[in-house]
Amino acid sequence: MPEVLGPVGGRQSGERTVRGVSASPDVVIIGAGMVGAACASYAARAGLTVTVVDRGPIVAGSTGAGEGNILVSDKEPGPELELALLSQRLWTELGEELDPASFELEPKGGLVVAETLDGLRSLYDLAIVQGARGVRTMAVDAESLPHYEPHLAPDLAGGVHYPQDLQVQPMLAAACLLRDARAHGAQVRTGVEVTGARRDSNGRLAALLTNVGPIPTESVVNATGTWGGEVSARLGAPVPVLPRRGFVLVTEPLPRLIRHKVYAAEYVANVASSEEGLETSAVVEGTDSGTVLIGASRERVGFDRTLSVPVLQRLAAQATRLFPMLASVSAIRAYRGFRPYCPDHLPVIGADPRVPGVYHACGHEGAGIGLSAATGHLIAAALAGKEPEIAVSAFSPLRFVEEAA
Amino acid sequence: MSTFWFDGHEVPFRPGATIGAALLASGIRSWRTTRGQGRPRGVFCGIGVCFDCLATVDGRPNQRACLTPARDGMDVRSQEGTGHGEFAG
Amino acid sequence: MASSPVDVCVVGAGPAGLTAAVAAATAGRTVALVDAGARPGGQFWRHSPAGIEADRALHHDFVKYRQLETGLARFVQTGQIRLLTRHQVWTIERGARFTVRALKAGEYERTVDAAALVLAPGAYDRQVPLPGWELPGVYTAGGAQALLKEHGVLVGARVLVAGTGPFLLSVAAGLAQRGARVVGVYEANTGLGWLHHRSLRAVVRNFGKLSEGIHYAGTFARHRVWYHPRSTIVAAHGDTEVRAATVARLTRHGAVVPGSERRIEVDAIAVGWGFTPQLELPVALGTRTEVDADGSEIVLVGDWQQSSTPGVFVAGEATGVGGAALARVEGEIAGYAAAWYVNVDHESASFHPRSRRAERRLSWLRKRRLTLRAFAAAMHRAHPVPPSWLDQLQPDTLVCRCEEVSVERLRTAADDLGVTDARLAKLLTRTGMGWCQGRVCGYATACLVARFAGTGYDPRGLTERPLAVPVPLGVLAHGAAPAVPADESWRGE
Repeated sequence: MPEVLGPVGGRQSGERTVRGVSASPDVVIIGAGMVGAACASYAARAGLTVTVVDRGPIVAGSTGAGEGNILVSDKEPGPELELALLSQRLWTELGEELDPASFELEPKGGLVVAETLDGLRSLYDLAIVQGARGVRTMAVDAESLPHYEPHLAPDLAGGVHYPQDLQVQPMLAAACLLRDARAHGAQVRTGVEVTGARRDSNGRLAALLTNVGPIPTESVVNATGTWGGEVSARLGAPVPVLPRRGFVLVTEPLPRLIRHKVYAAEYVANVASSEEGLETSAVVEGTDSGTVLIGASRERVGFDRTLSVPVLQRLAAQATRLFPMLASVSAIRAYRGFRPYCPDHLPVIGADPRVPGVYHACGHEGAGIGLSAATGHLIAAALAGKEPEIAVSAFSPLRFVEEAA
Repeated sequence: MSTFWFDGHEVPFRPGATIGAALLASGIRSWRTTRGQGRPRGVFCGIGVCFDCLATVDGRPNQRACLTPARDGMDVRSQEGTGHGEFAG
Repeated sequence: MASSPVDVCVVGAGPAGLTAAVAAATAGRTVALVDAGARPGGQFWRHSPAGIEADRALHHDFVKYRQLETGLARFVQTGQIRLLTRHQVWTIERGARFTVRALKAGEYERTVDAAALVLAPGAYDRQVPLPGWELPGVYTAGGAQALLKEHGVLVGARVLVAGTGPFLLSVAAGLAQRGARVVGVYEANTGLGWLHHRSLRAVVRNFGKLSEGIHYAGTFARHRVWYHPRSTIVAAHGDTEVRAATVARLTRHGAVVPGSERRIEVDAIAVGWGFTPQLELPVALGTRTEVDADGSEIVLVGDWQQSSTPGVFVAGEATGVGGAALARVEGEIAGYAAAWYVNVDHESASFHPRSRRAERRLSWLRKRRLTLRAFAAAMHRAHPVPPSWLDQLQPDTLVCRCEEVSVERLRTAADDLGVTDARLAKLLTRTGMGWCQGRVCGYATACLVARFAGTGYDPRGLTERPLAVPVPLGVLAHGAAPAVPADESWRGE
């Protein structure tokens, strides 16, 4: 059943209007996950009338199945690192404006560790080129590791500290940004599924077609994450986004034992890899609530939600390798999510010239939470006809068309 | 009668008793404080569902007292918060 | 540690599972029966330290249990049934066959490889929050019963019993017989409400239930226990443990009658609002579910107790709370059906009992199941959870006991953050995220979200628990157990 959350302010908070969406919003954002929320917030702040629609409730997709990473550490120099650096700055600003505690924004920093000297050498090599792009890095030798993380296994070779890495509670972050959008006049309408797009005689977008009727608008943003491929096809401007499954183990609540986001050096390689098969590398971090989150696995198995015991076993083995004291700690929960990945592992951000009025903001793979702020910022600029803050050609929706041609 | 240690006191139990049953039979109703508000908790569901009766048993924290069989000489301790005091400091 | 494969693995050794295991073995199959308890019987047939026999007064259907136990013992003797007690199943993998993974005392893992499954996970007391319910001395009705039946422990000297459903009578009678002063039984509905429903045929056929009621009436009279229909507990009081309770009368519509509140000194309270089925294992196997008349999420099963997942049969409370007699009937059907399933071509075959005798038996079982389900439905209609609890909540009343999430926090999340369903409430407030994974607060969370957000009640979204029990990471990391003690016999303890 469709639900409408009206603008906040002007009347009692939480009051719901039974009126439909505004007759003809400037922009309709499809997807009420983290990326859609960020797009809505920045667009509404820019003065546009915004309606967010989602076929399910808010934060029902991959936003609710991740770890809330805002990382620069795992990005190799290139367009994605530029996006990550912009996003890191914007997230810090959002935290100051919206109260960092409201979505558990924590400037915890990342610690990437290597088991062997060879591994450490590669880590240092990466850190040096990242440093040249403005990433702050700090080499950590084996003796100094315990100062960062006292419970790490004693036989590691060393690591690199990335003070800029942040963490948020992603579901709260998305809900807070949607609230912020509503405070700036946006409407959020759940239970609305997109069925197609109506175009005018010039081929421009005229209305978004949905299961509850058409919504006249000149612009839509496809922020549907892993489902972005399907939705883009319905809009007549297909982009290739596919699911890459990951599992996360959640431990019983613990005292604050793990301070940074700690991960093994192979993680960076796995993020960038295109393997179909199972890849796992330990990513371990504590949360505000005391639980420790253990990732990360990557598999291309479609939308199969079945729990995979071999994956959980590997995650547990790798996490206890990094933090031996976790062996006596219980996992009380496990969840799986589907990262939205594109063949070149870069997101799709910006206007799609094939259907003027259609914009994409999807395909962020495992970095959607982190990259959402910059994505929303770029989309809002594009909608307002402003120059983007960073180069966006690498994220063009047409890059797949050209490849195919 | 067999006994186990609870926070340094001897608690008797009948064969087949769980730690929770033995503590209750001895008039001890709570052996855990919550990590948020520091409130006392003991047995609630009695069948292993609610995890309210957690205790530290022979050094292992967060064992369900209502399911764990009592054994002679066992060391049972009340626990605070997460129960993982061993990691503190 | 893996063990030799079996035809059928039965999870849960209460009335449904025990019956299923014996039925499948009778049909000639090898069976593994896995249960978390120290001995078979489940939450229904409990063993006291002196043995189950000493307490026959407190046990229903004692004769049935004896028959099943004898059957079980015979099959365990021949090795046809392997009994794994104190094993908690944490997950089941599904491929061409099933791999059931169980933790022994949380210390190591044992796996069972089976061609078919019967899941009989049972149920636990349904709870709703009330101010003070987290105080030590407040117990679930089932918890008070378990302590009494299994350990001979009285939860208090002055005990108040409250909630709804006939189970309260059994709990109160047991407590009174063992010497507790039961200061009152507060039944939110009218005690014999089900008599007014158009299910008299079912009731007459279940005369056993009626005579049980009369038995309790006698016990109450002897022990001066007052039974208060259409009354409820509204709060528990105390500082570090419960000292008193406030009770009140209810209107026809389940609202508190203003001014009828009364405070009673107690040292223990036993509360129960019906039962919640344990659904995590069937849900993890992808079985289709629905919402039952009592508001519980249940597994949808067909005529042979088969779920929507091939090879997975479900029996007992998980298919709809209906009591031990129904659980036994479902268990027997499921046991036969799973036995049959093992050796057929699953695509084309439909179920055919092997002998005329089996056919007659199954036809009787199915008729009996129909009657008992009608009776269960009548009981659900007669014992709804009255809406009064929602009005009695204070802003600081805890909804989630594990994570200490208050009513106020849930309300704010609905008003402020756009929480429209129970799953979202969990993600944004941590209700149901703690040790019990929403088992205790799931129903209440679904009710509260529906009220605060103005959406429909839907308990689904909170029963998904891929890890059915906590698993130590060290055990998980090792996969199969590193070392299973040599004295662990495969045939139980």
